[in-house]
Amino acid sequence: MIRDAIAWIRDEVDPQGRQWEEFYRNRWTHDKVVRSTHGVNCTGGCTWNIHVKDGIVTWEMQGLDYPLLEEGIPPYEPRGCQRGISFSWYLYSPLRVKYPYIRGALLDLWKQAKADHNDPVDAWKSLVEDPKKRQRWQQARGKGGLRRTDWATALEVISASMVQTIKKHGPDRIAGFSPIPAMSMISYASGARLMQLIGGISLSFYDWYCDLPPASPETWGEQTDVAESADWYHAKMLVSMGANIGMTRTPDCHFLAEGRHNGTKLWVFSPDFNMVAKYADEWVALNAGQDGAWWMAVNHVLLTEFHHQKKTDYFLKYAKKYTDSPFLVEVKKDENGVLRPSQLFRAGRLDKYTEEENGEWKFLMWDEESNAPKMPMGSSGFRWGETPGKWNLVLKDGKDGSNIEPQLSFVDDHDAVVDVELDDFGAGKTSHRGVPVKTLTTTDGEDIQVTTVYDLLMAQYGVNRGLSGEYPADYDDEDAPYTPAWTEKYTGIGRDVLIRFAREWGTTAEHTNGKCTILIGAGVNHWYHANLMYRAGIHALTFCGCVGVNGGGLAHYVGQEKLAPAESWASIALAKDWYPPSRLQNAPSWHYVHTDQWRYEKEFTDYHTVPQNQPESSTANGHTMDMQVRAVRQGWLPFYPQFPENPLELVKQAREAGAESTAEIIAWIVDRLKKKEMKFSVEDPDAEENWPRVWFIWRGNALMASAKGHEYFLRHYLGTHDNAVGKDLAEDSVKEVVWHEHAPQGKMDLVVDLNFRMDTSALYSDIILPAATWYEKADLNSTDMHSFIHPLSEAVPPCWESKSDWAIFKDIAKKFSEVAEPHFPEPVEDVVVAPLAHDSPAEISQSNMNQWIHGEGEAIPGKTMPNFAIVKRDYKNVYNQFVSFGPMVRKNGLGAHGTKYSIEDEYDEYVRTRRTETWDGATYPSLDRDVDVCDAILHFATVTNGELAYRSYKNMEEKTGLPLAQLAEKSRSVRTSYKDIQSQPRRFINSPMWSGLIEDGRTYSPFTYNVEALVPWRTLTGRQSLYLDHPVYIDFGEHLPTYKPKPPPTEYSDLQFTETGDGVGQTIMLNYLTPHGKWHIHSTYGDNQRMTTLSRGIYPLWMNDKDAESMSIADNDWVEVFNDHGVVVTRAVVSARIPPGICMQYHAPERTHGIPLSPLRKKRRAGGHNSLTRTRLKPNFMIGGYGQFTYHFNYWGPVGCNRDTHLLVRKLPGEPVY
Amino acid sequence: MQVRSQVSMVFHLDKCIGCHTCSVACKNVWTDRKGAEYMWWNNVETKPGTGYPTKWEDQEKYKGGFESNGDGKLKIKSTSKAKIVPNIFHNPHMPSLDDYYEPWTYDYQNLFNAPEGSDQPTAEPISMIDGQKIDVQAGPNWDDDLGGSPIYAENDPNLAGLTEQQRLQLSSVERLVFFYLPRICNHCLNPCCVASCPSGALYKRGEDGIVLIDQKKCRAWRSCVAACPYKKTYFNWFTGKSEKCILCFPRLETGQAPACFHSCVGRIRYLGVLLYDAERLEEVAKLPDDELVEGQRSLILDPHDPHVIAEAQRNGISDGVIESAQNSPVYKFVMEWKIALPPHIEFRTLPMLFYVPPMSPVQASKPEDTITHNSENLFHDIDDSRVPMKFLANLFGAGHEGVVRYALAKQKAVRWHRRAETVGDIDRETADRMLREANCSREEADAIYKLTSLCKFEDRFVIPPMHREQAIEMMKEPHEHREEVGFGFVGGPRRGV
Repeated sequence: MIRDAIAWIRDEVDPQGRQWEEFYRNRWTHDKVVRSTHGVNCTGGCTWNIHVKDGIVTWEMQGLDYPLLEEGIPPYEPRGCQRGISFSWYLYSPLRVKYPYIRGALLDLWKQAKADHNDPVDAWKSLVEDPKKRQRWQQARGKGGLRRTDWATALEVISASMVQTIKKHGPDRIAGFSPIPAMSMISYASGARLMQLIGGISLSFYDWYCDLPPASPETWGEQTDVAESADWYHAKMLVSMGANIGMTRTPDCHFLAEGRHNGTKLWVFSPDFNMVAKYADEWVALNAGQDGAWWMAVNHVLLTEFHHQKKTDYFLKYAKKYTDSPFLVEVKKDENGVLRPSQLFRAGRLDKYTEEENGEWKFLMWDEESNAPKMPMGSSGFRWGETPGKWNLVLKDGKDGSNIEPQLSFVDDHDAVVDVELDDFGAGKTSHRGVPVKTLTTTDGEDIQVTTVYDLLMAQYGVNRGLSGEYPADYDDEDAPYTPAWTEKYTGIGRDVLIRFAREWGTTAEHTNGKCTILIGAGVNHWYHANLMYRAGIHALTFCGCVGVNGGGLAHYVGQEKLAPAESWASIALAKDWYPPSRLQNAPSWHYVHTDQWRYEKEFTDYHTVPQNQPESSTANGHTMDMQVRAVRQGWLPFYPQFPENPLELVKQAREAGAESTAEIIAWIVDRLKKKEMKFSVEDPDAEENWPRVWFIWRGNALMASAKGHEYFLRHYLGTHDNAVGKDLAEDSVKEVVWHEHAPQGKMDLVVDLNFRMDTSALYSDIILPAATWYEKADLNSTDMHSFIHPLSEAVPPCWESKSDWAIFKDIAKKFSEVAEPHFPEPVEDVVVAPLAHDSPAEISQSNMNQWIHGEGEAIPGKTMPNFAIVKRDYKNVYNQFVSFGPMVRKNGLGAHGTKYSIEDEYDEYVRTRRTETWDGATYPSLDRDVDVCDAILHFATVTNGELAYRSYKNMEEKTGLPLAQLAEKSRSVRTSYKDIQSQPRRFINSPMWSGLIEDGRTYSPFTYNVEALVPWRTLTGRQSLYLDHPVYIDFGEHLPTYKPKPPPTEYSDLQFTETGDGVGQTIMLNYLTPHGKWHIHSTYGDNQRMTTLSRGIYPLWMNDKDAESMSIADNDWVEVFNDHGVVVTRAVVSARIPPGICMQYHAPERTHGIPLSPLRKKRRAGGHNSLTRTRLKPNFMIGGYGQFTYHFNYWGPVGCNRDTHLLVRKLPGEPVY
Repeated sequence: MQVRSQVSMVFHLDKCIGCHTCSVACKNVWTDRKGAEYMWWNNVETKPGTGYPTKWEDQEKYKGGFESNGDGKLKIKSTSKAKIVPNIFHNPHMPSLDDYYEPWTYDYQNLFNAPEGSDQPTAEPISMIDGQKIDVQAGPNWDDDLGGSPIYAENDPNLAGLTEQQRLQLSSVERLVFFYLPRICNHCLNPCCVASCPSGALYKRGEDGIVLIDQKKCRAWRSCVAACPYKKTYFNWFTGKSEKCILCFPRLETGQAPACFHSCVGRIRYLGVLLYDAERLEEVAKLPDDELVEGQRSLILDPHDPHVIAEAQRNGISDGVIESAQNSPVYKFVMEWKIALPPHIEFRTLPMLFYVPPMSPVQASKPEDTITHNSENLFHDIDDSRVPMKFLANLFGAGHEGVVRYALAKQKAVRWHRRAETVGDIDRETADRMLREANCSREEADAIYKLTSLCKFEDRFVIPPMHREQAIEMMKEPHEHREEVGFGFVGGPRRGV
């Protein structure tokens, strides 16, 4: 016994008196620990140890065994946040979906129909073709009345609906939606594979979620490629904007804090004081959505001081080598006779290069040495030419191999200075500024004037270099766009702060060769004009040589988009091992059209500012829907269904009409389209034959969390109740689409949801299938936040009657094959229409805007219109195909992002040594169990198989003429298996499909491959594109970086039909922001008891204290929040940290818990955040067939923005009623 | 000299994310059961704010901790010989459930079971205490991120001493700020909870200083709840026993960091042994407020000092523990660098959890329509920070700014130094001047930087060997224990004896 130090303190050592301590010791025991992670699109990708006691998952703790990266970088341990650590609550919670459920109204009808019909397909037909019966279950959607059912019944209903839909309308009416695959890629693959085997549709996610930053494909020809979080540590200047690192990159945030202690400076731009602002050295309280105005002025300072005045050597060299700055642009008069910047000058127009292959897709620089234009290698014309080996960034002429010393500017060496018109969208005027030009004579004998991209940027940013025209006098010129003084009226921040920031930025980059990083996210990306804001930031990075270096670049983190082992995964997920052409649909267009949201708005120019005095031919006017139709016709965007006709019937008809070969069938269809004997479905989406019919939702909350315009989903897809008051507006604005007086309600015959919890989508679906949780199945998880690949593992077997997604879709495939056999005893032919594809020769297919439909040119599949392919489907063998890794990969090899490698030998070896499937006389690698799929993906992907990475680099060597295979030399023997990653996190290896080099623990930073190995970006010029010369971009005034005002609330059709006046009482109009929150990942975890307790239970509305006071709203009061689209009833959080004029409801509430009725909207259950949003697509993102502006799934296309929404708030009258 | 060893903690607030992963880690393992629903042995608070239970720092309200009155004696505020009997069944200063919150959940089953109706079913909130419908009015983190700032942030007890003007500014864009304060039991050297227990159910473990409530001896007097000024003991209404943070001793005993430390994804937590001189405890606990921080430091012994080592050995402290103390990251932060400070040491319990005070963004001004920042240097002066020095001093310096200023100036100087090393856009001379002014050498600055930024798991948590075999040996043969451990019927604490 220790003597007590103070009389009253007992220091106890005697174990006799401490035997009770076993009470707590007994709790800290477990039977086993299993490594898994969370498949939740949080980007975390954290390794977790799941503790199991007595066959029950008791809790989870983070794994700590990440291998260390290079010396001097903080370790990744521990990864995992408050949300992840609360996941185990779900497994045994009252929210768990334990059994299959079916809507009672449907079950009753089904039982009756089955009694009347032997064949389930006939039974389903009898229901869907009876409008009354169909309505019966449609109108019951979301209104309770669910019934537990058995697997056999559920599978039979589903299969019958699929077969009947294929017979009656075609497979392209069956759609699957599941969010971003990387978080649980096997589960994603399960449903997608089934869709593609039957010819159904896979809906995109990254663009629909507005996670895709269009500025990334615009600039880099890349969906998104970003640094892993450890690379932040290398940055010496960090900017966080529109991203709340502490809140949403919780496991990565420490790198930012730790970097600060290593001398890094942190600036945070956000309208509210938020979790990341806490860390800031300087918090810049930028007005919401004005980030673009800030960066435009930053660029003005950077160009003025570091480029024009100081001529910082590193910056200028970088601009010449890695950006399109030195490329020549034609300056010419537009249709109104105004001199404006035009398209890049094409090499083929000069005598010297007139014979050059793809001369229209090769471009020129001015060579200082020879004082003449030269044609550098690396542009898209070289990529898709006959002669390989010239697609690289080596500064040599592509024709004669002579050196090029690019001249950035003609300011000191020009033939003339011309007065060019530039747009000032903020002030609604134009300005005229002198631009130095040289004159060239084209092959046609025409004298044309060219300048450089760099000179145009100097003019646009208003850098006064002593040229004539309306250049700003100095930084204090408030009226000249992009000066520090100009920016104040938009940002609310003093010019001195901006100048100081720009100087610190430039100085840091100068001292460190580009170690400045912008951390950016949805807070910026969800605005309508986000691409412009991003581009302005990207320009600040490229002007200072920050892209493609460790510690530098644009770190855009919105969505877990990085699926690292993409080549093999895509082949399985999209069933490319059986049928290479897939039906991949960009979800923004699909939902915009099919949920009829296009009907609720007029011309886009009501809210989208475009240049005044548009010439006749301009695309920058009209209705978004018309651009959408045009985009489908020209092959820019996909659209399904393709045609009002069943695609299976179409091929039959073509054959009946005498077509024999594939080419003849396609020609027959094209001919009918040209003669307008056939339409595309998109031209008449409300006609019954063009409706989507069957919808599978898994891993996501498609009807709520991501359903922008949720109430329109309820109205037009589901045919159930809704709270929207918006009315049709488009009738007089649309030209290219058939107008139906009454929009259809209830397009979907059947909605099937796979889920482990009863979320809003489940609640509104017809059939709910119990899915295994992330602790009950095998799967793979990768992320861009780090460079490891993680397993999901089965800590306990799937609880109750749940199954893994893979097992569920396999079961559906089996039942489908069985049900289909009598209806499709023989294979059938399906015509698949697909858009012009990125990373294919279609990138150089449309240099003009001619439309075949108007007789402006030939209708050529794959060039001026979509691609067509004929696929022979074998419906009775869909199950066999599902579980077999098919022969096409053996034949075609694998690749992604434009890479390619053969796997024939590895495939054969795999058949010899692994589990196989044998049917119809052939043997294939087995994909029977989810574990098999994990191993197949890992074995055939370059990031986990060093030999295949080596081969892929070898292939790239041929294309580029550069030595590259050495990049895989160190890791050539690596083979990673599922068991390996269960034992410890394994890091990826170098692969040419990713642009960061990571050998020897080097942190991943994108485009280091491009910068160091001189492999081009996948853009028009092969360089980072600062100038976007597509005719549509020129029409829209977005060819140059620019500032566009936010869409005004009055013109945005949010509040046109919304109730006001006496019956409503006092209201306040606020801008509605829905950033990602602290207590949920989208809608997951937000209904979990841990997170509801640590927050305020439901998703409250955050509002400014003064705004609240003006409405007599006190903290925790109930508020009703509404606009044309719907209504939300929630509680107010009153806080000084929110600025006046905006409110926040964190993304994404469920309607399933704690939601009262809305007194304003017929006393119906109030909605979620997407009840207040509506989809608006930016038309210039719809273009295609032109360099980086060429469609790829989740890569390019319009995005589902939602940040510009406005609404009214009032205090809820009376007490909340549930 | 009476040398004792104490497992001690540092929380680096500059790194804290406020994510609450720590809270959930603890909740999952220890307090996810009937009677403990409302307990958060580990919680995280937004500062300024009123915390959990609300306004716990306000000892006018709760009367927690000790006071040192004129007669040179320490006195428990919440009780005394005269008061113990009248207060034994009702202590007017005891926090009520409303001061914490009434735990709630939702009627999720309604989503599955609701019959078909005319509208969508929802799951209504229900109390976890009585199962009835509840109007949710409070939670354990209700004022997170300045939620309800006019009610909570503006009533933070640490605002005492700020001018009216300063208080007003804290809710305007120019000075607006928050940071996080994660809290667990401080495992104090002079724990008021132990001192107050009429049943003698609380004790400090001799080998590591962990403060525990004996779940057999506890008689539900709840004196510890009232006495703890940090409100880190809780009453379990189901078992009728009080409970508190046990510093995950079953994990520590097996060489693992406590759950909340393990799970700290901000990597802000450090744990290690400190040796202290127990003989001087009472003397130090009675010092005037402004001498308390230094006084507590004076209790902590240099584990490298041969004299201390000899005394420690004489007091039965094993070589393993001494070595562990020598490698303790806590010793570095608290004693060598003096940048980690005890919370509210004026409560006089001598808490053994120390906080590195946070830096914060530079203040702004809004002379006209636009906001401007006053920073003239790359890294602004600590006096221009948004968090008022006085506020931090009230939290970590018993109201005195000196120790806080010292800790902040040194952190800032480290950043200047590292900037000069890694970028070079500020000159070496300036960085060296900053270091000198912060009483810091380049070597020390690098050491601080490394332990702050590059720390690995084993750098953050230096867990002493617990020698369970020796403790067990005092009751039975460890060999026998090996054969028997785990067998037996589990029975939890019960109400009453």
